[in-house]
Amino acid sequence: MSTPSRTLSKEGPARTITFSQAVNEALAEEMRRDPRVFILGEDVAEAGTPFKVLSGLVEEFGPERVRDTPISEAGFTGVAVGAAMTGMRPVVDLMFGDFLTLVMDQLVNQAAKTHYMSGGKLKVPMVLRTTLGATRRSAAQHSQSLHAWVSHIPGLKVALPATPRDAKGLMKAAIRDDNPVVIVEDKLSFQDKGPVPEGELIIPLGQAEVKRAGTDITFVATSSMVLVALQAAEQLEAHGISAEVVDPRSLAPLDADTLIASARKTGRVVVVDEGHQSYGASAELAAVIADGAFYYLDAPVRRMGAMDVPVPFSPVLEDVTVPTPKQLTALAREMCPPA
Amino acid sequence: MTTSWTVTPPEPPSAAPAGSRSMGKEHRVTGRPTASKSSAGRTGRKAPGAGVSADSDPPRHLHSYRQMMRIRVFEEHANDLYLSAKMPGLTHMYAGEEAVAVGVCDALTREDYITSTHRGHGHCIAKGARLDLMFAELLGKASGYNRGKGGSMHIADQENGNLGANAIVGGSAGIATGAALSARMQGTDRVAVCFFGEGALGQGLLYEVMNMAQLWKLPVLYVCENNLYNEYTHFEETTAGAILDRPRAFGIHTAEVDGQDVTAVSAVAGELVARARRGDGPSFLLAHTYRYYGHHVGDIQRDYYRSKDEESHWRSERDPLTLYAAWLTERGIVTAAELEAVEAEVRAEAEAAVTFGLEAPYPDESEVTLHVYA
Repeated sequence: MSTPSRTLSKEGPARTITFSQAVNEALAEEMRRDPRVFILGEDVAEAGTPFKVLSGLVEEFGPERVRDTPISEAGFTGVAVGAAMTGMRPVVDLMFGDFLTLVMDQLVNQAAKTHYMSGGKLKVPMVLRTTLGATRRSAAQHSQSLHAWVSHIPGLKVALPATPRDAKGLMKAAIRDDNPVVIVEDKLSFQDKGPVPEGELIIPLGQAEVKRAGTDITFVATSSMVLVALQAAEQLEAHGISAEVVDPRSLAPLDADTLIASARKTGRVVVVDEGHQSYGASAELAAVIADGAFYYLDAPVRRMGAMDVPVPFSPVLEDVTVPTPKQLTALAREMCPPA
Repeated sequence: MTTSWTVTPPEPPSAAPAGSRSMGKEHRVTGRPTASKSSAGRTGRKAPGAGVSADSDPPRHLHSYRQMMRIRVFEEHANDLYLSAKMPGLTHMYAGEEAVAVGVCDALTREDYITSTHRGHGHCIAKGARLDLMFAELLGKASGYNRGKGGSMHIADQENGNLGANAIVGGSAGIATGAALSARMQGTDRVAVCFFGEGALGQGLLYEVMNMAQLWKLPVLYVCENNLYNEYTHFEETTAGAILDRPRAFGIHTAEVDGQDVTAVSAVAGELVARARRGDGPSFLLAHTYRYYGHHVGDIQRDYYRSKDEESHWRSERDPLTLYAAWLTERGIVTAAELEAVEAEVRAEAEAAVTFGLEAPYPDESEVTLHVYA
C-alpha cells in the first residue's frame, strides 16, 4: 500500500491505528463538525456495537445523536430516510450485511429513488454502514457479502474500504455526500492496523487506488480481497511475476479509468471479490475491463468470487468458499506464461 | 378514544357504513348523531383553533370546502384523462375521501410534513399544491411538480411539506417518522402526518416505526384511511382483531372519526396535532371513509368485491361534500350560492389546469439521466 492516494485533504502526519479506530475517528470528527450528523442502529450507544467500532461516541455526543434503536432494521432505516429528507444527515448502523435483506425496500425503493422521483426536489443524504465477509464461523446468515445487491441500484453509492486510511476517508466523504451511501466494511479487518493521517482526510467516492504497482498482471480486488491480492502478489514475486493490485474502493461510482489503465498496462486481469461469483460485482468489473481494454489483453479477464453456496458453518467447509492467496497465485501463474 | 370525536353529519343516520360486514368490533362511528345537536352542530366540541369546525368563520369553511371540491374535480378530470387515453399509466382516485385529507391538513401549517400514498392526489392538494403542476406531473410533462419523473404515484411538493406519495403500501411510515425525528432533533415544533390506507396495516414497517415513535415521543400522527378495501379485498378478510388495538399495544394515543365529516376530522386532527406539537407524542387516527372509484382508474368491474348498492349508498348518503354543504347552509355559515360560486371557480381552475398540463412540453430526453444523484 505504498502508492499515495489522491485526496482532497490536507493531511497531517500518519499514525498507525486500527480500521475500527479509523471509522470511529471519522464519525467523531464529522459529528463535531456538523450537528446534523447522528448515528442510529442496534446497540450503537453504550455497547458501541458488537464490534466496538463506536465505543466512546455516546459519551461525547449523547444518546440523542448516538441513538439505540429496537431490533427493527427496516424501521430505523426508514426513519433515517425521512430524517435525511428533512435536513438531518443520519448514519445508519446495520450490524451485519446479511440484514440488507431486511432494509431493501427502504434503501432501494425509498432512499435511492427519492431524488429522481421528486425531479431533484428532495435529497436523501444518509450513510448506511454495514459489513461483509465470511470465515468468522458465523454460518449462512451472518457471513454474506451482498454489496452487489446495492451496487445494482441507480441512486445508491457504494463504498468498500479495505484499509484504515480508506475507512476514514471514505466515511467522511460519504457523510458529506448528498446521496444515500452504503459503506460495506469487512468484519475481519476491524482490528487491522495501518497508517492514517491525523485530521482531515476525505477520499472522494469514485477514485480507485493502485495499492501495489506491477507489470505482468492486474488484480482488481475489493474490500477483504485486497489483502488476499497483496499476499498473492508477494508470493508471485518468487516466481518472477509482477502483479499490480488495484482497489476500486467504491463500486458506485466506479473509477473505470484506473481499472482499464492498469489492464491495458499489464494485459492480464483477475477480478477478486468476496461476493458470490455468479451475477456478482466481479462480473460487472470484469465486463467493464474487457470493454475498455480488449485490444490490450493477452488473456480473458478472469474472476474469483465466493463459491455459489450458502456460507457453511463448519470451518473445514467454510474456508474453501472464499478465495485465498494460494488460489489466486495459482491462477496468476496459469495466466502468465514463463518468460 | 373519546366519544366526542364521533360524528354528527346532518344526514339521517344510517345504521352502519355500508360495506361493513361485521359491526361491533371497530365501527363505533356510524354517522349517527349520537348526541344532541347543539347550535355548533356537534357534541363535546372544544379547543378553539383545533380545526375548521372550532368556529364558524366563513372564510375558513369556504377554504375547506374549496379544497374538498378541488380534490373532487381534480379526480373527475384525472379519470377523464385516463379514459380518453390522454394520461399514460394509471392512477388511483381519492374521490369520496376528501374530508380526511382536508380535515387533517387544515390542522397543519405549511411547514408541517406529510407523507402520502398511491392514492395521494387528495393529500397533495389539501397540503397546498397547485392543480396545474399536478396535472402536468400526471401527464409526464417537464413543468410537473417533479419534472414528469414521478407521475401520479410519486408527486412530492416539498415547498408545502409534502414529502411524497409512495407506491409501496406502508412504505412512507418510516419517512414520516423520520421527519418527526428531524423536527424534534432540530428543535422545531413541526409535526409529521403519515397518511396510509387500511391495507398498510398488513405491513410490518408500520409497527416497527410506531414502536419507535412512542418510545421517543415523536410528533407524528398516523392517519389510517379505512376505505374498506385492500385493493380488491374487504379489510375484514385481511385484518385480525380491532384496528385500534394495534397502536394501543404500543401505548399510542388513538382516536376514531367519521371520515366523511370534515368538521369532525378537522376537530380531532386539531387536537392530535396540538398534542404532538406540545411534545406529548404520536397519535393514531382511524378515519372511516370510502373510495368512490375502483382501486385504480382501470378497475371498472367491481361487482365481485363490492355491490353497486353499497357504492350508491355512500355517494348518496355519505358524500363528504354534500354533508358539509348541508351542514354549512343549515347553520347559515355560508349560503348555497356561495358554495355554488366556489364550485364554479374550482371547475374553471381545473379546466385551465388540465389545459396547462396537456399543452405543457414533455421533458427533453436528455433529462433521463438528470437527478439520479444529487
